[in-house]
Amino acid sequence: MKISFKLNGKPVTVDVEPNEVLLDVLRFKLGVKSVKRGCERAECGACTVLLDGKPVYSCTILAPQVNGREVITVDYLASTGELEPLIKAFVEKGAIQCGFCTPGFLLTAYALLKKNPNPTEEEVRKAIEGNLCRCTGYKKIVEAILEAAKAFSRK
Amino acid sequence: MFYKIPHFNYYRVETLDEALELIDKLDDFKVIAGGTDLVMDLRIGRYKPRNIVDISNIRELDYIVDEGDKIRIGALTKLQEILESPIVKTKAPVLAEAIYQMASWQIRNIATIGGNLCNASPAADTAPPLMVLEAQLKLASKTGTRTVPITEFFLGPRKTVLKKNELLTEIIIPYEKDVGTSMIKLGRRNSFTLSVVAVAALVKVEDNKFKDVRVALNSVAPTPVRAKSVEKSLIGKEVTLENIEEAAKLVVNDISPISDVRASAEYRKEMSIILTRDSLIKSLERIGLRIEG
Repeated sequence: MKISFKLNGKPVTVDVEPNEVLLDVLRFKLGVKSVKRGCERAECGACTVLLDGKPVYSCTILAPQVNGREVITVDYLASTGELEPLIKAFVEKGAIQCGFCTPGFLLTAYALLKKNPNPTEEEVRKAIEGNLCRCTGYKKIVEAILEAAKAFSRK
Repeated sequence: MFYKIPHFNYYRVETLDEALELIDKLDDFKVIAGGTDLVMDLRIGRYKPRNIVDISNIRELDYIVDEGDKIRIGALTKLQEILESPIVKTKAPVLAEAIYQMASWQIRNIATIGGNLCNASPAADTAPPLMVLEAQLKLASKTGTRTVPITEFFLGPRKTVLKKNELLTEIIIPYEKDVGTSMIKLGRRNSFTLSVVAVAALVKVEDNKFKDVRVALNSVAPTPVRAKSVEKSLIGKEVTLENIEEAAKLVVNDISPISDVRASAEYRKEMSIILTRDSLIKSLERIGLRIEG
């Protein structure tokens, strides 16, 4: 079946099987490799995308359910410059090691700061509870998001 | 990679009538809303339906309405919307408290309250708060609607009173004034975790005596349950730590926990007693009654 949706600002139409999930359509049919396939069971957050502006796991969304909606991945936000404060803070604070979880963290953090530009540490920790990092732990990631928040709240 | 989802026919409906018409004539189907439970169940082969009916686009079932003496929540309302709703915060705070402790932001953004209830997991976290609030569930079919109390909705693990041609459409929550409520959840981790046991409590006090007490638990029986023994023992009694602790011990009469990957039955029994006590104390604190203990 054909589905159409907005991906990173542009309309796309793609042929899918109903039993395909959004994650696989993005990676294997639309070439969006920043969306990572981690656990495939809605636990790790590596496959996080923004669906109509809200972070969701693309591994448990059937492709046909995305028809008519809007999907944003980290590539797009990096290209528009909107992620700049977060990227800078992640690098400066050392919130990245292997990088596999990073796109998911950036999207969740971006969605949080759009909604709440002045989060407390507790609010940051609550927002990222669905993203796992197996390298750094969370301390530096939390610090990076709080640092980036300073730039977001100035906007 | 790890799990392949089997093939199925996909049906998308846009209105409730269309959905009810379709499921009335369709066989061998599962209904998908947010899909956060169902897609995993398809992956692990728990269900292998020939057909999937996608109701996630039925806009008319996505709402939170304040009607003074009750609030009504559409079955397709997302958990995160309920968590952030000022209406729920004011009129059913224990439901928001439960949802705050559920899953993760990504899941709450897409999972629906109706899905949590209809999936009928013994660990469903929206069940204990709705049970102490004595919510009513509206079920619709092509031929009409009926309302059942949530306490009669669950029949067993993944089994409810929903007939094949019925959908849960609405959750009706009576607004209770002057009550203290709380929900305490114990999991293997502090966040993004399934409950080992969770307890919701509601108390109403007059002249330092319990006028009303309601306690509900999940993950300690084939369905979420009310702790009638605890409730009966406390109603009419004075508000003292001793009475609360004595009553909390009776919770073991209301539950039948099993041992599984999350905890042993013995541990669940012990924790049910402790969390019942703690949840009652916390509920009392919320109406300004501090119990020393």
